[in-house]
Amino acid sequence: MKFGVIVFPGSNCALDSYHLVRDVLHEKVEYIRYDQKHLDGFDVIILPGGFTYGDYLRSGALAARTPVMEAVAGFAAAGGLVLGICNGFQVLAEAGLLPGALCRNDSLQFRCRQVLVRVENSSLPVTKRTAEGRVLKMPVAHGDGSYYAPPELLKELENRGQVIFRYVDAEGKVTAKANPNGSVDNIAGVANRHGNVVGMMPHPERAGEKALGSTDGLALFESMIDFCRGREVPGNA
Amino acid sequence: MENSLKALGFGNVHRVRVGKYLELFLEAESQEEAAARVEEMARRLLSNPVIEDYEYTLQEVKP
Repeated sequence: MKFGVIVFPGSNCALDSYHLVRDVLHEKVEYIRYDQKHLDGFDVIILPGGFTYGDYLRSGALAARTPVMEAVAGFAAAGGLVLGICNGFQVLAEAGLLPGALCRNDSLQFRCRQVLVRVENSSLPVTKRTAEGRVLKMPVAHGDGSYYAPPELLKELENRGQVIFRYVDAEGKVTAKANPNGSVDNIAGVANRHGNVVGMMPHPERAGEKALGSTDGLALFESMIDFCRGREVPGNA
Repeated sequence: MENSLKALGFGNVHRVRVGKYLELFLEAESQEEAAARVEEMARRLLSNPVIEDYEYTLQEVKP
C-alpha cells in the first residue's frame, strides 16, 4: 500500500506526515504536487497542515480550487481514504468534501499547544484502532480552527456519526476550557457521510514518537493501514 | 475595536464587525453578463456559503 502527501504552495507539515509514514511506520509514501491531475496507485491521501497560498481570501480556499483537488474528489468518490490535517482540513471543507467551515479562533489568537481529544466514533477506517471515549493527546497549531456548522447540519452530523473527535479535559469531559478555538460543540474532527474522508485540526502526525511527547496519533495511521491491507487482494500486495 | 471607539468617546457604538470588500475589473458585453459572471465567481470561490453572505454592485467604467 502507498500513502500520498499533497504539497501545495505554502504547505509546511508535509514532511511531518512523510517522516511518520516512512521512518516510523515503514510504509511507502510519496509527495504529490498541487498541479497533479491523477492519483493512481495511492491508497491514502494526506492533506497536510500549513498556510497554503498564504491563507489569502480564506484559509484553504485557494488550495481547494487547484487541479489536484479534482483528483482528490474523484479519489474520495471511489472510496479512497483522505485525511486532512489542520490546513488540510480547511482545504477539504472549502472544497466541499467535508461539511461545515473553519473560522477564526474565538480568542483571535494563534493557538499552539497540546490538546486532548475524545474519540466519538471508532468505526471508521481512520479510527478503528481506537475506541469510543478514548482520549488522545496531540498538538494543535492554528489560527483558524473554530469549527462551524449550522444547527440543522450539526444534528445530522451527530446522528450519522460524522463527528469523530471532540476537545475534552483530562477527565474526558467536554468543557469550554478544553476547547482551544471556540469550535461549536467542541468539535475537533469530522468525517464525510461515507466515513472515508476525514478532517481534523489536531496533528496526529506530530504525535507519533515518544520524543514528541505523545504517540497517540499512531493509532489513526495504523487504522488506515489495516483498512487498506484488508482491502488488498491476497497475493497481489 | 468597539472598545477603542468607546475610548475615543464614541460611546453609542454597538455591534462593530469587520467584513471583506473585494474590488475587481471585468470585461463584459452587458450588465447582465457581468452580473452572471460575478454571481458565479462569488459562488465558486469568493464566498463560502456556510459562513458568509455576499452582495455586489456593478459600475461601468471605460476600458
